[in-house]
Amino acid sequence: MSIEEKQNFQTFQDSNFLIERPQNEREASNLIKKFYKSGLPIEIVGLGSKKGIGKSLQCSKTLSFEKLNEIIEYFPEELYIKVGSGTPIKTIEEELKKNNQQLAFEPIDFGYLFHGKSNSGSAGGQVSCNISGPRRFKVGSIRDHVLGFRGINGKGEIIKSGGNVVKNVTGYDLSKLICGSYGTLVALTEITFKVLPQSEESRTLVIHNQKLEAANSTLSEAVTSSNDISGASFFPAGPKVKGCTMDIEKTFKLNDLKQEGSLTAIRVEGSKSSIDQRIKNLEKELNNQKFNISILDFYQSEIFWSKVKNLEIFSTSKNSIFRIVIPPSEWIQLIYQFSNKFRYFLDWGGSLIWVEAFELSEEMFESIRKKVINHGGYITMIKNSEYLPYVEEVFTISRERFNISQNIKKSFDPKRILNPGKMYTGI
Amino acid sequence: MSNLAMPKVDRKLMAKKSDIVANLKKILKKENILDHEDQLRPFETDALSAYKKKPLIVVFPENTIQVSKVLEFCNRERIKVVPRGAGTGLSGGSLPLEDSILLCLTKFNKIIDIDYKNRCVVAQPGVTNLSITKAVEHKGFYYAPDPSSQIACSIGGNVAENSGGVHSLKYGTTTNNILGAEVVFMDGTICKLGGKTYDSEGYDLLGLITGSEGLLCVITEVTVKLLRKPQTVKAALIGFPTIEDGGKCVSEIIAKGIIPAGMEMMDKSLIIATDNFVKAGYPRDAESMLIVELDGTETEVDDLIKIVSEIAKKNNSSSIKISKNEKQRLKFWAGRKAAFPACGDMAPDYYCMDGTIPRGKLADVLKEITRLSKKYNLPVANAFHAGDGNLHPLIMYDANEKSSLEKTEKFGADILKYCVKVGGVLTGEHGVGVEKRELMCEMFNNRDIQQQIKIKKALDASSLLNPGKVYPILRKCAEEGRVHVHRGKTKFPDIPRF
Repeated sequence: MSIEEKQNFQTFQDSNFLIERPQNEREASNLIKKFYKSGLPIEIVGLGSKKGIGKSLQCSKTLSFEKLNEIIEYFPEELYIKVGSGTPIKTIEEELKKNNQQLAFEPIDFGYLFHGKSNSGSAGGQVSCNISGPRRFKVGSIRDHVLGFRGINGKGEIIKSGGNVVKNVTGYDLSKLICGSYGTLVALTEITFKVLPQSEESRTLVIHNQKLEAANSTLSEAVTSSNDISGASFFPAGPKVKGCTMDIEKTFKLNDLKQEGSLTAIRVEGSKSSIDQRIKNLEKELNNQKFNISILDFYQSEIFWSKVKNLEIFSTSKNSIFRIVIPPSEWIQLIYQFSNKFRYFLDWGGSLIWVEAFELSEEMFESIRKKVINHGGYITMIKNSEYLPYVEEVFTISRERFNISQNIKKSFDPKRILNPGKMYTGI
Repeated sequence: MSNLAMPKVDRKLMAKKSDIVANLKKILKKENILDHEDQLRPFETDALSAYKKKPLIVVFPENTIQVSKVLEFCNRERIKVVPRGAGTGLSGGSLPLEDSILLCLTKFNKIIDIDYKNRCVVAQPGVTNLSITKAVEHKGFYYAPDPSSQIACSIGGNVAENSGGVHSLKYGTTTNNILGAEVVFMDGTICKLGGKTYDSEGYDLLGLITGSEGLLCVITEVTVKLLRKPQTVKAALIGFPTIEDGGKCVSEIIAKGIIPAGMEMMDKSLIIATDNFVKAGYPRDAESMLIVELDGTETEVDDLIKIVSEIAKKNNSSSIKISKNEKQRLKFWAGRKAAFPACGDMAPDYYCMDGTIPRGKLADVLKEITRLSKKYNLPVANAFHAGDGNLHPLIMYDANEKSSLEKTEKFGADILKYCVKVGGVLTGEHGVGVEKRELMCEMFNNRDIQQQIKIKKALDASSLLNPGKVYPILRKCAEEGRVHVHRGKTKFPDIPRF
């Protein structure tokens, strides 16, 4: 049921009739038990900031976990924080900041992409989507930072897995399975995140006006160097695509950033003395005398990467937005096969491509999916457009993995009532 | 030997051994099937040698298709299968069952692809952990997880157990360092998980099978992530007059925002045992000792060493040595890496435990271990991955003494229960195996365990793959002393056990 259709119903019903907001885990468990009995499918949401990702659901009820908004335990010296699943990421980040700590996977604020303004959503939403920011290639993704969880399966049973410690091999690692499962296995109620110290400083080396091939070797050298970089992106200057709004100059207005064509950005984080040494090494190793370089200081570097992470470059776009993850050696070959209706940028040293596509058709999307698979990667539709409001397959999956996933879904949610069809038809 | 309960033996099936061998010969080369009593003997145990059970047959498939066919055949004929890598596991994860086929992956010993562009290596599961690093170190790369057994343990076994090592504080365990795997499920389905990309779409099956102790699938190929060697690595060797001082130093280093590459602690008995063993130059008068390894750029490492030294002094350190060169750094580590063999000097047998605790509880837990050591009258030495809270008490005993193993097991179980009580977990890196399965109820309730068993059944409907491991066994509680009996009732009697 679309949001509009739900709203239509709501005009002659109690406006809160279709949304349940349990106050605690017990209440949520009882509700799910009730839905299990009746076999009624439910939509599981946190703060709804990433609701647009995945297939739209045909559920008559929504179960929102926004009331499970609580920092349950935070032990900075033990490097973990335990929160209710509806706790806003912003609240968690502010709390961690007081102790110079952070969620190192850089949670993406999808608010800019979906609504043009900040809304980083909830802890549960971040875990359910498992889409990590620019530091992913160095520190791992969200799934590498979830130490344990509590949640409710499709029978309404409260289950838990993991713990509060990093090294733990007691039983199956269900935390991994839950990450990126889009609420189709359990409704999360509690999450324990591993936290890490914030870096004293960060600085960014920006190389201007590199062509694809030069950017390819810069990214590859930077990522494989021993300078321990934590960001590696490339924003090409072109091609100009009618209807695409991606604009480097408008997005990155920074004092020390020259506006000259493409940007290849390499981030270094750590102590000041260490950064000095590593930036010097990088300049030498990348042999960039022939290129124009800007160095962004701490303040500007933070702004730059925040914009990269939050996809602010697409904040005014009404086009389809999708992401491709691919072995880093393959990106350039794939880009050569891109349609002239695509604007894109690279992150994770070339492993991740974010694409804005003007007038994308389902056939074009399927054709690029085939190419991505041929290059050993996968593709996910993140935001639909008015031109293409629906795609048959949002995610990519092989037949064997689909069968196994279906069995796993059944083991958690035998009647398929938790976000059914959100990821794949039949799961 | 302790009276270890295992799933009910299928005598009828055992009687058909010659038929089974004949069928296996249709899939595998004759020389890759062992079925004679004398041939089976070497495979009766893994590195937890306190438990022994001869398998019915041992097979050595040479490729994924053969693995798939063997599993498909066993699934059809309801034959239990126990997968085994190098057999270095410390929790009895590859302990055979009398009526099982032991599936050895040792012939899968090739590195298939070294891909520097994508910073990964594709290896067969029988390749040893260390040989991956050896294959790429000339180009300045390495594979981060480094369990103490890395010279012998296989990468497939590492994935099955989610092995850690001394550097997992900063670089994570196996699950954080692999990109893909090829696996075969019990029904013979071959499946590729992940690849050379970061993460994957759909359910994280790679994350699920990592650390699943051979209960969900057989691993036939692994893609591991390579890291670039850091520019500078230095280690500090710090002695303390008390265990509490050492523990506090660990907590303060972390609280200061420093994540060392490794942070290891040993108690007095182990300091002396290892120093006798490798002459590492350890502070023999100290009650506890820390090895703190720092890596990064030269200036960064020097800065961090200064801060760590200051924190150590503040916590009453009795000695601080900083490695002057690579040779000395490796010497610092030589003692720690030889901790287990060094214990061989102290007693005829030792039993290595593996709990993880919150770092702040270190002194508390070590005190309790000392108390239990007196109670059971068994000496104990402690090695500790202090940075990530992973504790390895080594209990000394003599297997020839009557009921000595049982007493040791009880001592070990008490330690692990205490770890859980203070907010820790039963096992940090060795796995549950057969050793800790009865303790699972200390950490999980019936629903939690039920959910895990349902996943097992979703992937292996008849529970034929490595049964009897990880989850408690259903039987009369009197059969095994380690079952939790409270007021005459077993805990969670409704758990459908194997």
